[in-house]
Amino acid sequence: MAIAETVKGWDRIQMAQKVALDIPDGAYVNLGIGIPELVAGFVPHDREVIYHTENGLLGMGPSPGAGYEDPELINAGKKCVTAIPGASFFHHADSFAMIRGRHIDICVLGALQVSSEGDLANWSTGEADAIPAVGGAMDLVAGVKTIFVITQHNTKEGEPKIVEKCTYPLTGKKVVNKIYTDLAIIDVTENGLFVKEYAPGVTHQYLQERTAAKLSQYLQ
Amino acid sequence: MINKIVNSPAEAVRDIFDGAIVMISGFGEAGSPIELIHALIDLGAKNLTVVSNNTGSGNVGLAALIENRQVKKMICSFPRTANSTVFPDLYRKGEIELELVPQGTLAERIRAGGAGIPAFYTPASVNTPLADGKETRMFNSQLYVMEHAIKADFALVKCKTADRYGNLVYNKTARNFGPIMCTAADITIVQALAIAEPGGIDPENVITPGIFVKRVVEIQHPADESKLVQENRRYPWQ
Repeated sequence: MAIAETVKGWDRIQMAQKVALDIPDGAYVNLGIGIPELVAGFVPHDREVIYHTENGLLGMGPSPGAGYEDPELINAGKKCVTAIPGASFFHHADSFAMIRGRHIDICVLGALQVSSEGDLANWSTGEADAIPAVGGAMDLVAGVKTIFVITQHNTKEGEPKIVEKCTYPLTGKKVVNKIYTDLAIIDVTENGLFVKEYAPGVTHQYLQERTAAKLSQYLQ
Repeated sequence: MINKIVNSPAEAVRDIFDGAIVMISGFGEAGSPIELIHALIDLGAKNLTVVSNNTGSGNVGLAALIENRQVKKMICSFPRTANSTVFPDLYRKGEIELELVPQGTLAERIRAGGAGIPAFYTPASVNTPLADGKETRMFNSQLYVMEHAIKADFALVKCKTADRYGNLVYNKTARNFGPIMCTAADITIVQALAIAEPGGIDPENVITPGIFVKRVVEIQHPADESKLVQENRRYPWQ
């Protein structure tokens, strides 16, 4: 265990970089609130990617400089953003037609739990006194072609977030395609979870011990 | 002559009645018609069902309407944001109802309401608690859930420019729910930053055609909600 204690895995920036490298040139992408927002900063410059934000903007640019914020130009997290040349604004029904109508290529979301079949729980812990809030997550996972989840591998308390079956209320069933954690990149396939890449110093056994679902290795 | 322009927010909202269903545009403060909401607080209509994406922040605008105990039920997708305490407190006490709707389903229910479509099927929320008890159906071997249209008695909407016919243009991401809400209410009431002469808005650029709008009031300098929240202001002003 002494060796295991020294494993740090990837930090948030490195996780975002890993996701960014998997976003191809020409993709239309929706980034969720939190770590997913970091991804845009790391897409290689020779790729042109268009960012969609469900509150009505295609062609979202980076945060404005101080003093240039416009409270009527915001992203889904209600932070001020910019619009790139070539951007468009539209109303909510059109925005979700883009989502539900399978026009958006990739969505990057956070997670509370992901199951071995790709079920996602990310909107509610189901606690009695919690104020339930869902936003656009259920529409995104139902309609976007490819769903990437970016999340810490374990909770702060050390509980696995990748599980055989989600215990929290679902956002969608069989919707996740790939999971990026601080310890590994994992493909969700018809035959279960396959580890695509291990963070430096992470062994299969170390990863499996921190995962509550069976992880398979690709044949070398 | 058609002239939908009225002189004050109070005149614009004068007939909102107890028990009405009221749609309120906005995504957070972007597009929220704060002067119309404050006029509704002054009017005092109660037992309202409010359809809006969020529940307001601080103690102004939509949050103040809820705090003033005029709202019986909220239909929304995200009832809490950084500075929202009014709704969560009442909800925990069991003193306000919540119908939680996925954001795209909320938008489409409003769109359907305005377009004469009573219900539709969507893949969003299938196999989740938000689809519990709802009718489902298979299409092309995929499961969908049936959702009903929402229609309102009134819609309160904010836009950038309007003319006396009720043609509207919006501002950036403040457009959000405005155009669809305009279509789904019997009486759509709009606050505009500016009034244009007929023809002043290029017909190619009209976002909401005037047929969907009943009243327009010009509010040249609407209150800045986040600034009011920062300053701990409270409506009615104290």
